[in-house]
Amino acid sequence: MAAPILRLRDLTRRFHGPDAPPVLDRLDLTIGAGEFVALLGRSGSGKTTLLRTLAGLDPVTEGEALLPARRAVVFQEPRLLPWKPVWRNVALGLPGAAEAVRQRALAALREVELAHRAGAWPLTLSGGEAQRAGLARALVREPDLLLLDEPFAALDALTRLRMQSLVAELWQAHRPAVLLVTHDVEEALLLADRVLVLAGGRLVQDLAVDLPRPRRRAAPGFDALRIRLLATLGVDEDGHDAARAA
Amino acid sequence: MSGQSLGASLPLRRAPSRPDLGALRLDRARRFVVPVLLILLWQAGAEAGLFSIRLLAPPSAILAAAWQLILSGELLHHLLVSLRRVAIGLAIALGAGVSLGLVAGLSRLGEDALDATLQMLRALPFLALVPLLILWLGIGEATKIALVALGATFPIYLTLFGGIRSVDPKLLEAGRVFGLDRAALIRHVVLPAALPQALVGLRYALGTAWLSLVVGEQINATAGIGYLVMDAREFLRTDIILVGLLVYALLGLGADQLVRVIERRALAWRPSLVGEG
Ligand SMILES: Nc1ncnc2c1ncn2[C@@H]1O[C@H](COP(=O)(O)OP(=O)(O)OP(=O)(O)O)[C@@H](O)[C@H]1O
Ligand SMILES: [Mg+2]
Repeated sequence: MAAPILRLRDLTRRFHGPDAPPVLDRLDLTIGAGEFVALLGRSGSGKTTLLRTLAGLDPVTEGEALLPARRAVVFQEPRLLPWKPVWRNVALGLPGAAEAVRQRALAALREVELAHRAGAWPLTLSGGEAQRAGLARALVREPDLLLLDEPFAALDALTRLRMQSLVAELWQAHRPAVLLVTHDVEEALLLADRVLVLAGGRLVQDLAVDLPRPRRRAAPGFDALRIRLLATLGVDEDGHDAARAA
Repeated sequence: MSGQSLGASLPLRRAPSRPDLGALRLDRARRFVVPVLLILLWQAGAEAGLFSIRLLAPPSAILAAAWQLILSGELLHHLLVSLRRVAIGLAIALGAGVSLGLVAGLSRLGEDALDATLQMLRALPFLALVPLLILWLGIGEATKIALVALGATFPIYLTLFGGIRSVDPKLLEAGRVFGLDRAALIRHVVLPAALPQALVGLRYALGTAWLSLVVGEQINATAGIGYLVMDAREFLRTDIILVGLLVYALLGLGADQLVRVIERRALAWRPSLVGEG
């Protein structure tokens, strides 16, 4: 593995006082520079909680976290400031001379194929366009760690496929470490080097994905990995709840 | 919802491609039929002697009186005096309302110090303060301006405070993640988010400003539209009284339009206004 860029040790997070069961329970995690990691887990398992801690939105109160200075987040909703044109949203908080910052923002928008909407108001963007703007806003910061919290969950299936390949391309081009939170096992297998499963506050699976890129669903081995992950998530192949069926 | 019913409930200006534009325009014209009819009836009734024109001047007399007042320069003089009162009063209200709103909205300490007091003061009908204001400030300009300022401060304060406090926390988070410090967050996130509400407050403030002006100008004024009206009453000149009322109405409308123009420019990003250009 490349030099680690993120290291968590015994990270614990509680919401309801010191005696309540923790949402994250003495969690250990190391991510290497440029590594693409997907994080799966049932709803409410604490994926967003972990990502928020990594983003610096929540303080680390128990345990240790070693984080790179340059981090960027794409949220599940675009979270663009509606009163700023798209390119100003991308440029938000960037240091430097106004014109240089504008050029950087426009370049980032070109990369996500949104240059033609640079001057548009965010509320006039389609869902996919808004998420691409969010992606540009994260990329323009040249992060060492890119945090993606289900960024495609609200998109239709076709747009989601295009966004997935866009993310794969951008990752190949810039090589940030990525932590992608997703519900979608196939999405995780199409994009990630490693797939983690979060359950009961701990990482119960850490699965290396050794499939050649670009990934295909039809590739040998893909299905076997998929079934293993679904089993860990407690769902059998037909989507039934394995625990209840047993 | 079908496109057509949407078009009927939202008269978007983007509609030119729609076939029902003509119908829309007719709709709008139809709204003036009843007022115009009423004015015609009013005129006809006066000419037929149905009511005393000393108690209610007919539209023709009102127009004539207005014309006279314009030619003599009297109307302009009184109008300027009234406008000056509103302008100074509103400027004070804006200064006070915005500062109080910012202090209370942006800090818990400010809220604790100010909000309860201001909410209590707001419960007091400010026009009931007239006797006190006269005692404190006399019967000159100060009282009239103070009345305008008092009435207009509260809506500005309340809406700005409310607007600041209802900022979407998700946007604040996004701002923080992308490296905005507190000052930048206020400038780029909090204040723009509060602006729509604050502008509604400004519109309310203008409304109460005119109301306060009407009341204030009945206190021993020697100039102003209110004086014009009070003076005309002495001489039973209902035509001039009605000219005064007309001017008040037009000023109110004009102020409202002004805020609309400000809104259209400042809130161009809002979905309801997007596309109206
Ligand atoms: N601010 C908070 N206060 C109290 N409880 C919280 C808070 N944030 C999250 N939780 C709780 O922590 C648990 C984990 O929440 P989290 O949002 O991390 O789940 P998730 O894995 O992202 O779920 P989903 O897949 O549905 O987004 C949930 O039980 C949630 O109710
Ligand atoms: Mg979540």
